[in-house]
Amino acid sequence: MSQEATTTEKSLVSPFNIIAGIIVLIGLYLTVRRFTGGLGAVTNLSDNNAWGIWIGFDLLTGVALAAGGYVTAAAVYIFGMKKYHSALRPAVLTGFLGYALVVLALHYDVGRPWRLPYPFVVQAGTSSVLFEVGACVALYLTVLFLEFSPAALEWLGLKKARNLAVKFTLVLVVFGIILSTLHQSSLGALFLIAPSKVHPLWYSSFIPVYFFVSSIIAGLSMVIFESTLSHRFFADKMDEAHLREKDDIALGFGKAASYVIAGYIAIQLLGIGADDEWRLLGTGYGLWYLVELFGFFGVACLGFAIGAREKKVQLIRWTSAWAVLAVIVNRFNVSLVAFNYHLPASDRYFPSWMEIGISVFLVTLGLIAFRFIVSRMPILYEHPEYEDVH
Amino acid sequence: MDTVFYTLQDFLTHTKAVIYILIVLALFALAGFWSFLTARDQD
Repeated sequence: MSQEATTTEKSLVSPFNIIAGIIVLIGLYLTVRRFTGGLGAVTNLSDNNAWGIWIGFDLLTGVALAAGGYVTAAAVYIFGMKKYHSALRPAVLTGFLGYALVVLALHYDVGRPWRLPYPFVVQAGTSSVLFEVGACVALYLTVLFLEFSPAALEWLGLKKARNLAVKFTLVLVVFGIILSTLHQSSLGALFLIAPSKVHPLWYSSFIPVYFFVSSIIAGLSMVIFESTLSHRFFADKMDEAHLREKDDIALGFGKAASYVIAGYIAIQLLGIGADDEWRLLGTGYGLWYLVELFGFFGVACLGFAIGAREKKVQLIRWTSAWAVLAVIVNRFNVSLVAFNYHLPASDRYFPSWMEIGISVFLVTLGLIAFRFIVSRMPILYEHPEYEDVH
Repeated sequence: MDTVFYTLQDFLTHTKAVIYILIVLALFALAGFWSFLTARDQD
């Protein structure tokens, strides 16, 4: 008994817990400040810059990085790549937590949480892109919850409910892919309303396609990245199948990511050609655009390609982090750097430390929830009672 | 009188010509890249 108490005591005073605890306390303070003092009390937002990092990072990047769920589900259930099955539950969990945090983050930006269902009942019309994003995110979060539920039900020992939930898997996967296709692209379509505010190199009538294709890159890369971290920190929770298949997952997803990035670079260049914006590539913004396209996406493409061809798993793992960074840079560029590019420097937006603090707080909540679930539920291993039932 | 006067049609024809060439190049490049990616798989 005393030994158990000592173990619990030890595990509670870990570096992760201390740092996470401090971040959560600061986050709670900032939350109180945000909801009592309004946006002005914690943000540098203005009439010119109505969307800050809570949209650019928490929402746009969060949704893109949570794409691993639908990408892996499509690979396993639609394309029949059963050898990647062990990546499915961690990917769905990452997606579910990602979307849950996106919705939570949206509360900070929009305020008045009790009005969250308003788009469905009180609204100006269903032709709004923002309505489509809201509807899709709400529905997809529900789909991800249902897709994730078998793991929770196995943990709770609710066999009948679990078997019922599993029966809906294929329908949910199809529904999830449709919803993701819709809202991943619609997040890009939101910027179609501001052709004069977004720098021409980032603004394009193809921006919904760019957002959708780059979400696939983010999804594939996140699965590899998350698998690397899980293997580093939760190896003791993994069963033999997960340990055996992790290299195959990295090689397969790395190869897919490499090819998708190559296609992404091609359509980006076609977009520049279609708008005849070659002359802008020689400007300061043009150089930054080239750094994003070739320095981030191009290097990631090459890293994945060499890794997949030469079977260098370690290279693929490092490249996955770089590819995730590439997508983050892209979303920041579209929503912050290239947005309002015409304004003088004094009117440009830079987030306050409190905005950054809230974003770090939300990411930390995600990490705590992920660790809590992975430590308890059958995410990285097959539940003994349901082995080989797929 | 001898000044060349470009119309919108001229600009669009030029732009479209460039992207048609780029599309053909991209198709060949992507096919080549796929061969590069999968070359070792056949071993």
